[in-house]
Amino acid sequence: MRRRTTVALTCAAVIVAVGGIGATAVAGQQPGVTQTASMVPVGNGPDGSKVSLDTTLFVPKNLHGTAPAVILAHGFGGNKDDETSEALTLARHGYIALTYSARGFGNSGGQITLDSPDYEVKDASRLIDLLAKDPRVHLDKPGDPTVGIAGGSYGGALTLEAAGYDQRVDAIVPAITWNELGQSLFPQFAQTAPATNAADTAPIPVPGVFKKQWAADFFGTGSDAGVTPTTCGKFAAAYCAAYQASAAQGRPTPEMLALMAANSPARILDRIKAPTLLIQGEADSLFPLSEGDANAKGIAANGTPVKVVWYGGGHDGGLPETKRIDSLTLSWFGRYLKKDGTAPDTRFEVTVPNAALTASDSQPKPSVRVAPGLPGVTSTGSTPTQALNLTGGQQTVVAPAGGSPAALTGLPGFGSILGQVAQAGGLSSISQLPGQVATFETAPLTATLRLTGSSYVDLKVTGTAPDATLFASLLDVPSGSAQPVLPQSLVAPIQLSGPLNGGQTVRVALPAIVRDISTGHRLRVVISTTDQGYALPQTARAYQISLAAPTLSVPVLAVTALNPSNPALVWIGLGVVVLVLLAGWLVLRVRTARRIAAASDPALVDIPLVISGLGKAYQGGFRAVSDLSFQVEPGQVLGLLGPNGAGKTTTLRMLMGLIQPTEGEIRVFGHRISPGAPVLSRVGAFVEGPGFPPHLTGIDNLLLYWRAVGRPIEEAHLDIALEIAGLGEDIHRRTRTYSHGMLQRLGIAQAMLGLPELLVLDEPTNGLDPPQIREMRDVLSRYAATGRTVIISSHLLSEVEQTCTDVVVMDRGRLVAQGTVAELVGRGGSTLFGVDDEDATVRLANAMPGIISAGKSHDGVVMDLNGTPPADVVAALVAAGIKVDRVAPQRRLEEVFLTLVGQEHS
Amino acid sequence: MTVTTVGSHGGLAAAPPPEPTDPRTGAAAAYSPARTLPLRVEVIRQLRRRRTQLGLGFMVLLPFLLLLAFKAGGPDNGGGAPGLVDLATVGAPNFTLFTLFASTGFLLVVIVALFAGDTVAAEASWSSLRYLLAAPIPRSRLLRQKLVVALGFGLFAIVLLTAVALLAGWIGFGWHPARSPLGTTIATGTAFVRLLIVIGYLAIVMLFVAALAFLLGVYTDAPLGAVGGAVVLVIVSNILDAVSALGNLRQALPTHYQYSWVDALGPSVSWDAMTKGALYSIGYSIVLFGLAWRHFLRKDVLS
Repeated sequence: MRRRTTVALTCAAVIVAVGGIGATAVAGQQPGVTQTASMVPVGNGPDGSKVSLDTTLFVPKNLHGTAPAVILAHGFGGNKDDETSEALTLARHGYIALTYSARGFGNSGGQITLDSPDYEVKDASRLIDLLAKDPRVHLDKPGDPTVGIAGGSYGGALTLEAAGYDQRVDAIVPAITWNELGQSLFPQFAQTAPATNAADTAPIPVPGVFKKQWAADFFGTGSDAGVTPTTCGKFAAAYCAAYQASAAQGRPTPEMLALMAANSPARILDRIKAPTLLIQGEADSLFPLSEGDANAKGIAANGTPVKVVWYGGGHDGGLPETKRIDSLTLSWFGRYLKKDGTAPDTRFEVTVPNAALTASDSQPKPSVRVAPGLPGVTSTGSTPTQALNLTGGQQTVVAPAGGSPAALTGLPGFGSILGQVAQAGGLSSISQLPGQVATFETAPLTATLRLTGSSYVDLKVTGTAPDATLFASLLDVPSGSAQPVLPQSLVAPIQLSGPLNGGQTVRVALPAIVRDISTGHRLRVVISTTDQGYALPQTARAYQISLAAPTLSVPVLAVTALNPSNPALVWIGLGVVVLVLLAGWLVLRVRTARRIAAASDPALVDIPLVISGLGKAYQGGFRAVSDLSFQVEPGQVLGLLGPNGAGKTTTLRMLMGLIQPTEGEIRVFGHRISPGAPVLSRVGAFVEGPGFPPHLTGIDNLLLYWRAVGRPIEEAHLDIALEIAGLGEDIHRRTRTYSHGMLQRLGIAQAMLGLPELLVLDEPTNGLDPPQIREMRDVLSRYAATGRTVIISSHLLSEVEQTCTDVVVMDRGRLVAQGTVAELVGRGGSTLFGVDDEDATVRLANAMPGIISAGKSHDGVVMDLNGTPPADVVAALVAAGIKVDRVAPQRRLEEVFLTLVGQEHS
Repeated sequence: MTVTTVGSHGGLAAAPPPEPTDPRTGAAAAYSPARTLPLRVEVIRQLRRRRTQLGLGFMVLLPFLLLLAFKAGGPDNGGGAPGLVDLATVGAPNFTLFTLFASTGFLLVVIVALFAGDTVAAEASWSSLRYLLAAPIPRSRLLRQKLVVALGFGLFAIVLLTAVALLAGWIGFGWHPARSPLGTTIATGTAFVRLLIVIGYLAIVMLFVAALAFLLGVYTDAPLGAVGGAVVLVIVSNILDAVSALGNLRQALPTHYQYSWVDALGPSVSWDAMTKGALYSIGYSIVLFGLAWRHFLRKDVLS
């Protein structure tokens, strides 16, 4: 939310995408907020003119009583509209927000004096006065409203200074701003003292290297802000003159140094009592992390609560992290303005860009890590460091005359974009020019290094020139052919003065970076003589650079992931999964055990099969079997006879547990059949044709089937089954190649594996040739002779008649007859007489003793002879003058069958 | 015409009396539901199928095909993931990652659907299902054993593809440390750990595909219908995932996180998306498996 970094129009292009567009889009959609614009007179400018500021007050419409206020300060080159989006957010959260255009910007009058305590900072106090008079603003005491200030960059320094000069400020959120403007525009990273905190700087008292590109953007923006074409634009004359003189000579004039010092928060940090949420950007070559650390350190030294956040963005773009910064800001103001009672949180938070990959948006993903505090800043002690050995001897580097060609590491506002180019391998050729760089390298890392802050290296610089301008950087060097990476395109300038011919030893703070350096990578310290972003010496020089100490001191702050992916959720999820599975498994087991336990009838354990009241209605109402009851005794060969569609197969499928009956039950050896009932292990079945995986040989099919049954191989009696299959050598061929008859025999052999006590064969002679049919009959009767039971279903009368001892006749799902074959086919059956006079025949037959009945049929007269020899009847008929053209036994089974099947049979 | 004799049946005459039985269940004494359809038997039954052999064979073939393609044409900017294609020729680990990346969307889906969708449906189409069930193999046990073997083959296919890709990459491009699309390198030891994470996550993502195919396979008697149906549904999910108008709803699509294993390739492993993806996949899978069991335990086996 503090990302408004309008220091330069160039960088605005990057940043606007984050905040500016959002502001206009959101503005019209906040019905719950009243916005009131007004011009507020604040006093005179340095030129004596009267100045009024353009302000807007955002008040929640549903406000009852009073609310704390927040003043929002915009960035350089911007105006109050930049803060509209954030003001609305705050108003929605119950704050009264005040945005304003700083003097010299937007529609406000006056001239720019770079957050001068005499002008811009006093303006902030006037605005606090204004809030103190508003009856809707909560007051700590009369004239002292409950007020916070938030601002980024130019607005960030204003925020710090306002809190230092005006003690009425209760909480501040300064972001990506300077501590010492001189160190920001003329950076010096040669150090006097060892570091105590992660991004420490204790620059030597030599003015640093002019950061000319950033400075030009900075001052150029202020100059452009006017309508009249003047060289100074809206800058106050003193600032304009000081800058122009400094820029011309490439180093700060005393006037410039004085102005920058006066306008820097560094001076007044000891006065700040307002709890401070200090946000600094990692992608920031203008106000690097060291500026934020210096501010935080100075404020924390007062005992004031300070929370430091290093986020992934900054003046160079980077990761906006808008939502996270918004929520941090809201919770900070909530704690210290609304006094919502939340626990203080001064943990150090750091974003590690590129810490992880994510496939969802094809973008590298940052991770946020925390430490209890920043050692040396917001907590005691100093940042732990690790010393890595550096190798590299003395190297001579050249600075070209006129400072050209010069290395290009970054562009103001676009540092990270160049960084991405560099990662793709395109930049190393222009970020380090041959002859201009000295490099020192560590050995490959043996473990991942979580670099968090500045590393230090001790160098010895020798040369003939009166001074030296150098640029230090730290590269992540992958193994193999991958390109080295200059994280965030940051470099640390060093300006040395005084005689160098004897060599000068200097401790250099390398740029503060946050990055996970992978195992196997090296770190490379690069010392360059040029960088296009900075003012360079115009005379040609050569320096000898060597290591004063062969170590690189890297900060290894102990940090932990802020929001590890919610482990509780994962464990709860997995726990639920396990519980559901466990419950399902238990329910299944209990149900199966109960079903089996309840399914036994001790009275029937010796009866192979009892079917009682069996019925099956399919969905849609078709009834395949109705009210079927019969019983099969041990040693029987039962024929289940019926035309196609009589329900035979459905009955057998129910017997195998494949189909659930809708009524009635089937008991095998006293145990009720259900899907997978264990008693089925004593039943061998061949129903509706063979079923074999075609890719297995005949023998493999039998063997694997038996192994699937899970019983010992010696119980299979494989030899008998193979004998019955009678396939000879064909048993070793894949069943895919088998004829129908071969499959049929293999199927019957499979059913007979283990010599089951109840063998069920459905149409077993289909596809067999007559000799095989005869053999099969023989097999089945021998099988029954062992005391086992066989059920054969067939639609062929002759087959049943020749093979079975007992018959059950079914039609249309019902039982129509049952009994022994002898009973149904026995000698006492009916006989058909084909005669010319049927009526006379019936009369005669009724008169004959021994004949039980006689009746006309459609092709003759049917008589129940009851043992009377047919020849006697024929003799009697002929004697009575009736012509007999044929005599045929008319079995009852066939009669029944014919009646059932209708007229298809003659 | 030759007459095949059926044999003498001397053995039958000497048939022993029936085996003893268990009075409680009425089963043959040596029968135990827990011993039916041992995994080893099901593995043999599946492994001897041409379909299984071809599927696994392709896992061996594909890395070498890709290797040939790279050798013939040089790397190509195929789009898709952040640069895994461009990095494919860096070394064996990168080649492996690319192979996995290229296979995630379709090939592995087809293979896994084949193993899981066909296993029950093929038995139904061969009519052997009824004999297995009447053996009797309890229905739940049959599903369990078949599923375990199918999932095992699926996992084996992923591992095999990875192993062969490592080998092919080694032959073709040598052994160089893995490079992530971020430009960082991953040391060999770490790379193996990351590969294991990738395989593990891929397996979890593919669990959903397996569950879908398995459910369809339990419903239909047509193996191709089950496999094809599952693949088509996965493709539909992918297409819906491409409709940005659906916004966050897409996160609930079972294939939304299928490439999230790429998150394991950064300097540190990012678990967020993989956690979500895994939970969604496991969640969907449980529902689908539950439906498969529910249906199969009650269904009338008519095939």
